Amino acid sequence: MNEATIEVTDLRKRFGRTLALDGVTFTVPPGEVTGLIGPNGAGKSTTIRVILGLDAPDEGRARVGGRAYPDLRYPLRHVGALVDAAALQPGRTARNHLLWLARSQHLGADRVDAVVELVGLAGAAHRKAGGFSLGMRQRLGIAAALIGDPPVVILDEPFNGMDPEGIVWMRRLLRTLAAEGRAVLVSSHLMSELQGIADRIVVIGRGRILADAGIDELLTQSVDERVVLRTPMTAEAARVLDDAGGTSRILDDGALSVSGLVAGRVVEALGRSGVVFSEVTTQRATLEDVYFRLTGGAAEFRADAGRGVRR
Amino acid sequence: MTATRVPPVPAPARARFTAVLRAEWAKFRTVRGWVVAPVIAAGLCVVFTFLVANGIHTDICTGAGVCTPGHAAVPTGPDGQAVADSYYTVGTRLTGDGTITTRVTALTGVTSTAPGNAAPSQSRRTRPGLPAWAKAGILVRPSTRPGSAYAAVMATGGHGDRVQYDYRHDAPGRPGPVSTGVPHWLRLTRASDTVTAYDSADGRTWTRIGAARLTGLPATVYAGVFVTSPVSFTASADGSRTRATAAFDHTTIDGHATPATWRGHGIGSGPQDFYPTLGAGGFHRTGESLVVSGSGDIAPAVVQGLLGANTVSSSLPFGLTVALIVVIVVATMFITAEYRRGLIRVTFAAVPRRGHVLVAKAVVIGAVAFVTAAVAAAAAVPLGAHILRANGAYVFPAGVPTVLRVIAGTALLAAVTAVAVLAVGAITRRSAAAVAGGIVVFVLPAIIGSIGTGGAVPWLYRLTPAAGLSVLDALPRSAQVGYPYTFANGYYPLAPWAGLGVLAGWAALALGVAAVVLHRRDA
Repeated sequence: MNEATIEVTDLRKRFGRTLALDGVTFTVPPGEVTGLIGPNGAGKSTTIRVILGLDAPDEGRARVGGRAYPDLRYPLRHVGALVDAAALQPGRTARNHLLWLARSQHLGADRVDAVVELVGLAGAAHRKAGGFSLGMRQRLGIAAALIGDPPVVILDEPFNGMDPEGIVWMRRLLRTLAAEGRAVLVSSHLMSELQGIADRIVVIGRGRILADAGIDELLTQSVDERVVLRTPMTAEAARVLDDAGGTSRILDDGALSVSGLVAGRVVEALGRSGVVFSEVTTQRATLEDVYFRLTGGAAEFRADAGRGVRR
Repeated sequence: MTATRVPPVPAPARARFTAVLRAEWAKFRTVRGWVVAPVIAAGLCVVFTFLVANGIHTDICTGAGVCTPGHAAVPTGPDGQAVADSYYTVGTRLTGDGTITTRVTALTGVTSTAPGNAAPSQSRRTRPGLPAWAKAGILVRPSTRPGSAYAAVMATGGHGDRVQYDYRHDAPGRPGPVSTGVPHWLRLTRASDTVTAYDSADGRTWTRIGAARLTGLPATVYAGVFVTSPVSFTASADGSRTRATAAFDHTTIDGHATPATWRGHGIGSGPQDFYPTLGAGGFHRTGESLVVSGSGDIAPAVVQGLLGANTVSSSLPFGLTVALIVVIVVATMFITAEYRRGLIRVTFAAVPRRGHVLVAKAVVIGAVAFVTAAVAAAAAVPLGAHILRANGAYVFPAGVPTVLRVIAGTALLAAVTAVAVLAVGAITRRSAAAVAGGIVVFVLPAIIGSIGTGGAVPWLYRLTPAAGLSVLDALPRSAQVGYPYTFANGYYPLAPWAGLGVLAGWAALALGVAAVVLHRRDA
């Protein structure tokens, strides 16, 4: 078992009536960035807390490098995690926050200086963390995660509150960590944040794994070409295209989206029926589309549903 | 035998806890408020102790109405303790070795119907009543100076014959009271600096009942019969003055005695003396008998005199309570602040053994509270005693062991309380609830106890965490003094370390519950 691996096997956990995790199983391999993605409330954070031994699952198990987290002597030398960037004592300086973490892992102050430098907080290390912006707190959280130079890195929503420069830095850092052979697990509720850096994607919704695949595989398995066009005779065009074997849908901006027909067939059918149209384009699925298709049915919209009932 | 290279063994589990401990210490010392608060707590403790002590004044007033700070004369015994040394004696000087023998044929007493704190002039009306510790017998001492060393053998009102010396030491002889037809024979033999006591029912068969070694006893000593009778608390909580009268015959002295004629002396019964007496006593001869009346006591001084209850620690509880509240807030924050910010997850991710985190935090906050209270008490105890004395109040003398016990006990009290509220914080996870709970459980009983009255109050000091305050106990007690050692009189119901044990039990309970819930619940 490579030390830089996370294995999650059949996790189940219930909070009261809510089934938070319902058989979650996936593996985070070394040398890759694995994205754990799903809408808010899907079970991402619970899964991460179970991996870190913070929450006990009702069933199933999580292993890091083949071992249960509580069995790790100095866990932060095996797994570095950023769970909540706001988890700071406001009156403590950034450096002292890292110092006690280092002490708890039997590490010296030299590791503190190293990670402070690595995340670009050298200038702010002696300032109280309570005065930090969310972006700076994220950097401090990353520094804390890397204090033990761990083979496994877990970051829960690391892009939250980061400015564009910070996002670029974070993406580069994640790639670097993976290139160094570490297993990197990054959770997000926004697929766009992971596009271009994740090697693998685990999609989770309502406590279930909806997809677990390499990025390329995920994109090709859901090839879904659509033709989008504009026409003043929307209703007429939709009827014509449906008759021709397509499925058409009117988009928010008034354009017509057609699936099941290639662009040539669309043009031919409309031309034959005398429907005026323009701007015919073919669209391929993005990761975002895949994500929405996968999670559309699984997202927890309880708040919205509740409002609907009251109305 | 060749030396073999031992393969490196993994660091022992202990090393892991050391790391946790260092981490928790780093956490504590890097939050400025947590470092400043104990300093403030110690300062408040000293300031309030000063204010409490400064509010107590004792004056001695002359008949002319001129009052100056001061208190009645309290003799100091050979061991430095406060003693009562008031009695009536008839005797002479004995040079060299010798033996004094007497027979006590009667011992009766009267009790004043006025309270013990009333002026002696108002104590004249009496009823019959002999206290159990009324004493009639013979004594040998270097001088009659109050507080000097002595050895005595005596019949008592209710404790049979006794041999006593130097106020603290006591051993029983023949039981039973003196009554008509049942005389008690008593004998003291001085040989060098050893005085041996005997008693007998018939004057022929003598039983050795004890011996006292009075180091440095001079060649010429005072020897004689004595009678004394202590304040009685059987009828009145305030105490009643008493006087005993004894008849002695067959009194002989075998040795070089000068003068040959014995003289009477009232000792320690003047207006300047603290011990409440019913008259100065006296003697007369009736045929072969010497009839002696006396009032007072030869025993350790406890609160029963007109002394008040001031001790080295009596000014401390208020300041200590204030300091404890500050310590409680810091101890609570030490863990609830982590819950409030979610930092506890970072902590438990770094140290999955949550019990280790709890114990490490307990060690850190316990040590901080210990040092804080030790420093505060080490400054406040001498200061409080000094101010009390400067204001004329009598402060019961306390030996170095007692002072050290009060300081160490105060430090442990604070440490155990801090650990207990840390555990409460771990259980509740909320600062306000834990601070309120900590104060209600660990401070409120002491506050109620300090202002409340009634039979339930002593139980607060037996059962609740307030029992920990027993470590402040510095009032003398003595089995030779029939005094109600009750809470109302300033005595804690439990012994110092037993009281601290009760507090420690509560802390252990809280810590145990905290360990279980930390283990069971999700972080």
